[in-house]
Amino acid sequence: MKTKLAMATLAAMVAAAPAMAELTFTALSYRTGPYAANGIPFADGYEDYFTLLNERDGGIGGEPIRLVECETGYNTEKGVECYESTKGEGALVYQPLSTGITYQLIPKATADGIPVHSMGYGRTSAKNGEVFQYIFNYPANYWDGASVAIKHLLDVNGGDLSGKKIALVYHNSAYGKEPIRTLEVLAEKHGYELTLLPVDHPGQEQKSQWLQIRRDRPDHVIMWGWGVMNQVAIQEAVNIRFPMENFIGIWWSGSENDVLPAGDGADGYKALTFHNLGSDYPLFDDIQTHVVDKGLAAGAGDQIGTVLYNRGLYAAMLAAEAARTAQEIHGVSAITAEQMRDGMENLVMTEEKMAALGLPNFGPEFSVSCQNHGGDGYAAVAQWDADAGEFTLITDYMQSDQDVILPLVAEDSAAYAQEAGITPGCK
Amino acid sequence: MFYREAGDFKTTYVDDGQTFPIKFDRFRYYIVLAVAFGIIPFLINDYWANAVFLPFLIYAIAAIGLNILVGYCGQVSLGTGGFMAVGAYACYKLMTAFPDVSMFIHVILAGGITAAVGVLFGLPSLRIKGFYLAVATLAAQFFLVWLFNRVSWFYNYSASGQISAPERTVAGVAITGPEAPAWAAYLFCLVFVTASAIIARNLTRGAMGRKWMAIRDMDIAAEIIGVNPLTAKLSAFAVSSFFVGIAGALFFAVYLGAVEVGEVFGIQKSFLVLFMVIIGGLGSIFGSFAGAAFLVLLPVLLKNVLVGQMGWATDLAAHFEFMIVGGLIVLFLIAEPHGLAQLWRVTKEKLRLWPFPH
Repeated sequence: MKTKLAMATLAAMVAAAPAMAELTFTALSYRTGPYAANGIPFADGYEDYFTLLNERDGGIGGEPIRLVECETGYNTEKGVECYESTKGEGALVYQPLSTGITYQLIPKATADGIPVHSMGYGRTSAKNGEVFQYIFNYPANYWDGASVAIKHLLDVNGGDLSGKKIALVYHNSAYGKEPIRTLEVLAEKHGYELTLLPVDHPGQEQKSQWLQIRRDRPDHVIMWGWGVMNQVAIQEAVNIRFPMENFIGIWWSGSENDVLPAGDGADGYKALTFHNLGSDYPLFDDIQTHVVDKGLAAGAGDQIGTVLYNRGLYAAMLAAEAARTAQEIHGVSAITAEQMRDGMENLVMTEEKMAALGLPNFGPEFSVSCQNHGGDGYAAVAQWDADAGEFTLITDYMQSDQDVILPLVAEDSAAYAQEAGITPGCK
Repeated sequence: MFYREAGDFKTTYVDDGQTFPIKFDRFRYYIVLAVAFGIIPFLINDYWANAVFLPFLIYAIAAIGLNILVGYCGQVSLGTGGFMAVGAYACYKLMTAFPDVSMFIHVILAGGITAAVGVLFGLPSLRIKGFYLAVATLAAQFFLVWLFNRVSWFYNYSASGQISAPERTVAGVAITGPEAPAWAAYLFCLVFVTASAIIARNLTRGAMGRKWMAIRDMDIAAEIIGVNPLTAKLSAFAVSSFFVGIAGALFFAVYLGAVEVGEVFGIQKSFLVLFMVIIGGLGSIFGSFAGAAFLVLLPVLLKNVLVGQMGWATDLAAHFEFMIVGGLIVLFLIAEPHGLAQLWRVTKEKLRLWPFPH
């Protein structure tokens, strides 16, 4: 055991050798484990974007990018190991892509002064930047998602949901429980009846939940699922002939992996998204030239243009833009994690900026501020077309019901501030 | 050569009955303790604490606990994850209810609460045995996880159902929370590991341990010679759950800091600790450490070697990690079905005679 330890020491010391004059980004990815099918495209997109910047522009603001990937397997313990091992390498920002790991990193990263960008996941009340100074969850969070889903249902039902029955099928974890409070408040406001149907990790067994749906006949089903749970849920919905257009998933339940196994039956399934889909953007040509053709594509290189690939790409783009903003603010190219935080807090995404990057109209416009780390809560609804084999947007970006969300955020973040002994304030 | 036993005479029963009767072993034990308490705390950093030592020490406590039940008393349990969850949630409730009390007391009380729960779920062991008992403890595992997910009182009604450890101190030094220094967290766990190992070792070689082993070897014969199966089995469940509860409390409060019951204390945790016990060696305290080291440290080591030094892709390395660890488990169990502890025992027998075996 002692030799093992000695070897581990050696290995860790070699692994932790510092690299100077580079912008270090980390990808806590999961290409293995029960959620790998969703983790791989995201990780590929994230990696490819940075490879593109390195190959095409020589990095950000002249600084080459070093991407350190660490495999978490969606496992919290491995996530801790990954965080600790990459922290020493000067990581600028963390994107854990796991609500569980995010919860763990919130206090740790805050103490270490490294920002976390939990894009569309993690703790919703991190929107309140006065309490969560190092945590960002722009452009949209789960409560926005819940509200936009209800908004869409209002549109579909002519503006009136009173007396309707809505069921929430959710992953029985911190992630899946996030929307419940919002949906309950919205239920009071709009007069629908909410049924909660938890599904235990990993979600392969959902017979009883869908039996209950078949018996209760809710008008709409909203789903908060991830990994294999999505595929099973959509298959079960097909099996009980639940009308697909009445079935809406959160953005993590709307990738090709989720609908393809159900075949034609999944046609018409809806899912939310906070960025655009497909590969019909100038940036993708650059990826083809500078990344794929040079044989530098991450992973197997077969995910380009899928929903989650685009999301990984979008996350990397936001991180790169935040780094650029930080460079502008501080006037240095080799930024630190602390400066990266300032960049994130002053990030402004406009249509011109996205068009200049080769991603016109790719996501909603938003700006981040000290008070608001969560963007403006815009999301759109996409629908699966089984014949064409793609998700297409069927609505414009809609803003969530801020009257409902903001008080909830204030309440939850105040509770956290009290629990963790934080005095809210801007840096 | 290594062992020079000539002249090492025992003149009292106390000397003869000590834990490490061989001088060389005893000195090695003192050196390990001296390094662990006297040197490592000064060298440790966040990575070493959080990625290597804390998980190793905490899993070692859990493995010692389970070893008492499975290895010494012969009662198969698949409820370890659930019992660790009891320890974690008990610790959380205590930490939030009594913020001014020292962490030592919280952790020990959490162990006590887990012991009570363990006794409760141990009651079926009086009627059912073997695989059937394994199934009954499996029920405990699922029930406890469900309970902590379902009843919001346990997680203080937080929206997400997560519990996170606030900052708590021992003698003014933060032990939990993000600001806790690495050495403090490490020493805190080390104290518990050392105490657990010493207590477990002394329990198992005393009257209580002999009763457990009698039950394990043949419960009817044990009853005939006057061992009360009720007290023997329930005491094994209590002591085992006490240690497992302490491990769960430390796992949540010191190591992870935030926990979601289904993910962290699920059935896979029960299996992991059971594998540690089986690979390390049933009925051996050293085996608990060896098993924990094997299953906690080896993957970290492999990751550092494969990804950090050889520059492999992370997914490839992760897959190879599974294959290598799995292959080694099979290899070890073929070479020595009684675990790493037995391997060590055999080696030691040889070393004591070496280089003159005849």
